[in-house]
Amino acid sequence: MNPLAVPARELEPQSVISSEMAALDAGYRGAGVTETQPRLDYPPYRSSLARHPGRAAYDVDPETIERCAPCFGARDVDPLDADLTVGHPGAPIGERTVVTGRVLDGDGRPVRRQLVEIWQANAAGRYAHGRDQHPAPLDPNFTGAGRCLTDDDGWYRFQTIKPGPYPWRNHRNAWRPAHLHFSVFGTAFTQRLVTQLYFPGDPLFALDPIYQSIVDPRARDRLVAAYDHDVTSHEWATGYRWDIVLTGPGQTPLDAEAQDGGGA
Amino acid sequence: MTPIATPGQTVGPFFHLGLSYDRDSELVPPGSPAAVVLRGRVLDGDGHGVPDALVEIWQARPDGTIAVEPGSLRRDGWTFTGFGRASTGPDGTYAFTTVAPGPTEPGRAAFLAVAVFARGLLNRLFTRAYLPGDTAALAADPLLSALPEHARRTLVAEADGQGFVFDIRLRGPAETVFLRYPGQRP
Repeated sequence: MNPLAVPARELEPQSVISSEMAALDAGYRGAGVTETQPRLDYPPYRSSLARHPGRAAYDVDPETIERCAPCFGARDVDPLDADLTVGHPGAPIGERTVVTGRVLDGDGRPVRRQLVEIWQANAAGRYAHGRDQHPAPLDPNFTGAGRCLTDDDGWYRFQTIKPGPYPWRNHRNAWRPAHLHFSVFGTAFTQRLVTQLYFPGDPLFALDPIYQSIVDPRARDRLVAAYDHDVTSHEWATGYRWDIVLTGPGQTPLDAEAQDGGGA
Repeated sequence: MTPIATPGQTVGPFFHLGLSYDRDSELVPPGSPAAVVLRGRVLDGDGHGVPDALVEIWQARPDGTIAVEPGSLRRDGWTFTGFGRASTGPDGTYAFTTVAPGPTEPGRAAFLAVAVFARGLLNRLFTRAYLPGDTAALAADPLLSALPEHARRTLVAEADGQGFVFDIRLRGPAETVFLRYPGQRP
């Protein structure tokens, strides 16, 4: 039996969510202030209601520990961790694809030798996770988790399978656009970022309150990878390019020491 | 032109698949000399534990120096890397085994940098878990001394028999003070 056919509560229709999103969009366009990040308070994403702070974040200058970042290396990450299509007895089902790009700090400098982690649903839109109840098939040849270290120019590269869209319980007939979850570290802990990569032209963008929680259209477009025929390879895999920019200037531990030595 | 930061998104409900790993919350092995437990609950605006949150800590060593050692993802049992990650249990509880960090500058208050992620939370939150004890340093801390008492209290862990307790309240009257650093825009 399809567990999604037995709602624990009456789910609202998409039209209710869509009209709420339209009202928030109109309010943003009328305000004349440019936003760049998602709103934490975005009621169409129902789970955010009890989970967003009621007060604004407190502005603070980073202390020494916050100006540094955890260090990861070859000991942490096997080069094969960047290929989500291997490590199982057979090849996974779906569109083989390569996703690559650069991690940059707020000054546009590459973030070198730093950790990037991804996780995702399989081609059918199912996560290999015990809490995913979507009645789509698991793929015995696909787990959907990968890691890599950026190179000396800030490049990351993963080979994977394009994930499928999947349903969730925010409202009735709610579907998430296909996405890869990305977790990124910078050169300062303050740059820590977890986000999602989307694929161009997804028809679910306009209906999805998580994507639309970034109310600025240019800002949310920064989460959409670009199809890149130079990344696509002959008779093998399609390719997408997506750069990640972290907040604020990066700072090496050495910079931080120099600044402290300057009488800070 | 300064590039504009990539927006964040929620970590979602299935982050364990990509972010959890063996001994992720054990900065030092449990039971090792000087090991302390840093634990607490992540609570929502209704006071319920958040069962699908992820807490990360990043901290100095007891002598105040900062590790530049890799190895957080594959713990060898003796390298202190300063980084750990704990996902919450069904009641919103998280726990780390670590050592108490020292101040990174003499006389300053010691704290752990904390990042919080959860399903339902559209972007990560930053905060600090200050260690209790050095009352003079806590009183002189630029952040703590600028906050009213009820807000200040949310940032100072409580000592218990095993270590420290630090609850993270995402919302509500006792809401934790979350931080924004220069360069971070709405």
